[in-house]
Amino acid sequence: MSLQSSLESGKFVITAEVAPLKGTDTTEIIEVAELLQGRITAANVTDQQSSVMRLGSLVVSYLLKEKGLEPVFQMTCRDRNRIALQSDLLSASVLGIKNVLALTGDVASLGDHPQAKPVFDLDSVLLLQVIRRLNEGYDMAGNELKGKPSFFPGAVVNPGADTEAALELQIIKMEKKVAAGARFIQTQAIYDADSFAKFMKRVEGFKVPVLAGVIPLKSAGMARFMNKNVAGILVPEHLIKKMNEAENKTETGIQIAADLMKELKDICQGIHIMAIGWEKKVPQILDAAGL
Amino acid sequence: MLMVTEQKPLAEVSQLIDKCHKVYLIGCGTCATTLHTGGKSEVIEMKRQLEDAAKEITGWMVIPTTCDTLTREALAENTAAIEAADCILVMSCALGVQMVARFSDKPVYPALNTLFLGMEGNPGFLNEACIQCGECVIGQYAAICPVTTCAKGLLTGACGGARGGKCEQQPEHDCAWILIYERLKKLGMLDKLKEAASPKDYSKMKRPRQLELTPL
Ligand code: SF4
Ligand code: SF4
Repeated sequence: MSLQSSLESGKFVITAEVAPLKGTDTTEIIEVAELLQGRITAANVTDQQSSVMRLGSLVVSYLLKEKGLEPVFQMTCRDRNRIALQSDLLSASVLGIKNVLALTGDVASLGDHPQAKPVFDLDSVLLLQVIRRLNEGYDMAGNELKGKPSFFPGAVVNPGADTEAALELQIIKMEKKVAAGARFIQTQAIYDADSFAKFMKRVEGFKVPVLAGVIPLKSAGMARFMNKNVAGILVPEHLIKKMNEAENKTETGIQIAADLMKELKDICQGIHIMAIGWEKKVPQILDAAGL
Repeated sequence: MLMVTEQKPLAEVSQLIDKCHKVYLIGCGTCATTLHTGGKSEVIEMKRQLEDAAKEITGWMVIPTTCDTLTREALAENTAAIEAADCILVMSCALGVQMVARFSDKPVYPALNTLFLGMEGNPGFLNEACIQCGECVIGQYAAICPVTTCAKGLLTGACGGARGGKCEQQPEHDCAWILIYERLKKLGMLDKLKEAASPKDYSKMKRPRQLELTPL
């Protein structure tokens, strides 16, 4: 069943992130696609993640689709203006890609080509509006399309805000994304199910399926790094301790992710696994979580 | 308001003027003086450094406001020393450099990098507050410009990346959207945050821009 039908029929879904690599070698991607096929509903393909230049998300989304794994084409506004964004969306539609995750993207100065000119002609909310307009058969300028797409657009939210202002701003932004046409939401990584449950209470009125983000821990160092550097991620001290003391870090990391997923399962409508290099371990994590 | 400049490294300046033995120096009495990048003492220091590098300085002056058309008169009054030089090195913002070039047939080189139009913001800092987008929208954002001060120029709300009120993308800066939120809250106008934003009309920034002056 497709991501759209699953979500619309209220089913619990699993998605996972796949990151294109730098270069033309797609062996790894294909292996991951074969491994994940049948285990997850759809795979997100990241778009020049962390502003690091790689193989494009459109082509990799297509490759996944050809391998029988439904893609979620991630699209950021960092590298393309409104002409290129709309054109790539039309191309995606022609290639049979339905799901688009609309993101603003990171600034170029954080990536491996810091001298690049950042675009940001649109942002995530405006891109969602454009997708809706294309679905209606018109481009952003109001011109009629000959043949229109039927995208299933999604967006992201970061529930782990650290101040009242930041949290309120996230909730307002999420409302805007839903109003602009987002039909599903994937979140930044969650490590504390209780505070996520509180967030979900706040946004339940938006009536949009939410997939909770999960990043499996690989080490205590990784957890500390994310706590220090990634906004919205807060790995609790007891999990860091557990990773630190673990004899088999891989097993413990997988177990922590699986336990978390069991808790999150009852709070929202799906899990989005961002394995960051551990894509091939996703089936193991799902086994451990009984999903 | 100041046009914010910084001095180019001396090595870069030397490279620019390496074919010129005789140099005429021009500083600016306005922004570059305030910022100590091209005022009288910096011009004298540049003169010393170039002389150490075996250049001959045929003369120098600090024009009150180099970007003003009065620069033409200042150049005319110093024709002899300027004519004797192989090039003019200008220690003002790029507007001043270009104004000098308009009125001189000598090669003209910049000694400064022009950074941004700044105002005193955070104590001890000059901040960029406006990139002259041609369609001012800050009425919607508590008079704080997200086009300029949000790292991604977001018009529809925060990215969710702020940490402790600082921008995720550029931690040395406050998150523009947190500032907008706090100020709207103080004004009792938080509803403004829910207003929709239109995509920016970048045709308003189509370069080069010009405005025809109508006689008063
Ligand atoms: S919106 Fe910002 S950049 Fe545009 S004119 Fe106003 S202050 Fe300047
Ligand atoms: S943290 Fe704030 S200022 Fe920085 S990009 Fe996000 S919204 Fe803009």
